[in-house]
Amino acid sequence: MTRDEIRIYVLDYLAGRLTCKKWVEMVTDYLEGSLSLWPRIRFHLHLGLCNGCRHYLQQVRTTIKTTQQLPREPTPPHVREELIRRFRSMSSS
Amino acid sequence: MTPRLEETCRSSEAVGRTGALTEEAVLIQRLRAGDETAFTEMVNRYHRALIRLALAHVSDRSVAEEVVQDVWMAVLEGIDRFEGRSSLKTWVFSILTNKAKTRGVRESRSIAMSALSAEGEEGDDPTVDPSRFRTNGHWKDYWTDYPQSWDEGTPERRLLEKEGAGLLEQAIAALPSRLKQVLIMRDVEGLDSKDVCVLLSISEANQRVLLHRARGKVRQAMETYLEGQASFS
Ligand SMILES: [Zn+2]
Repeated sequence: MTRDEIRIYVLDYLAGRLTCKKWVEMVTDYLEGSLSLWPRIRFHLHLGLCNGCRHYLQQVRTTIKTTQQLPREPTPPHVREELIRRFRSMSSS
Repeated sequence: MTPRLEETCRSSEAVGRTGALTEEAVLIQRLRAGDETAFTEMVNRYHRALIRLALAHVSDRSVAEEVVQDVWMAVLEGIDRFEGRSSLKTWVFSILTNKAKTRGVRESRSIAMSALSAEGEEGDDPTVDPSRFRTNGHWKDYWTDYPQSWDEGTPERRLLEKEGAGLLEQAIAALPSRLKQVLIMRDVEGLDSKDVCVLLSISEANQRVLLHRARGKVRQAMETYLEGQASFS
């Protein structure tokens, strides 16, 4: 057995046959806090042993964080002016 | 247990909310009094988000602009009746969702298109290309198939800081309608998952599936670009 094979063997054994392929599909449930106890334990065990999946989770988190920080561009002036014009006519009526 | 992202998001949002509540009440007061700066402030805050969301229902940019103008008019007409049972933001978004839906249905072409994309792209396709896994379900090759680290100091991180926003806009724009709606509401605008379920009339479980697919596709788009570029730098 190579070291890599041993690692995968341990991974499979400890995390109850949770493969990377299945693991990546659990990430959102994990982040949303909707995994029940045993799946969450398996998720954590796998995470602790697998670099690929650790990087994957980090990528997802970075993606979410970048999405949350998207810059807000200002409203185009002509749109704003048109809206304000309508606002005035509504307020005066 | 390590702190989960969601928890940290929630708590930071909760702080913002308690601060925002009074700020929001003041804003509503001012709108009711016909304060023009209050209106401009609100337009500046939400206009772009509304256009993004409208584009998840209608295919044409100019139609989206029209829909959003209608939304603002409805907001002004309805602000006196707004009871504050939801946040102002959720209320404005619910008006958008209703108007854009009606408009989207009228656009017969977009129905055909969204029906197609709903079937093809929201279906059961896996989040990660199956060819990156071995037959035993673990990541294949360390150098080519393993997800790379985007930690501080990596070329990927430097690229993200420079080009991340533009890349994301593109990746989000390319999402199928339902996925786009959920991702924009949850991740771009930070709405509560319960509010999003109500706005889109979907279950929590359904929302998680849509959010999962949406985030997965966006992550994939980022990865494809970043790994492609980083290997040259
Ligand atoms: Zn793994």
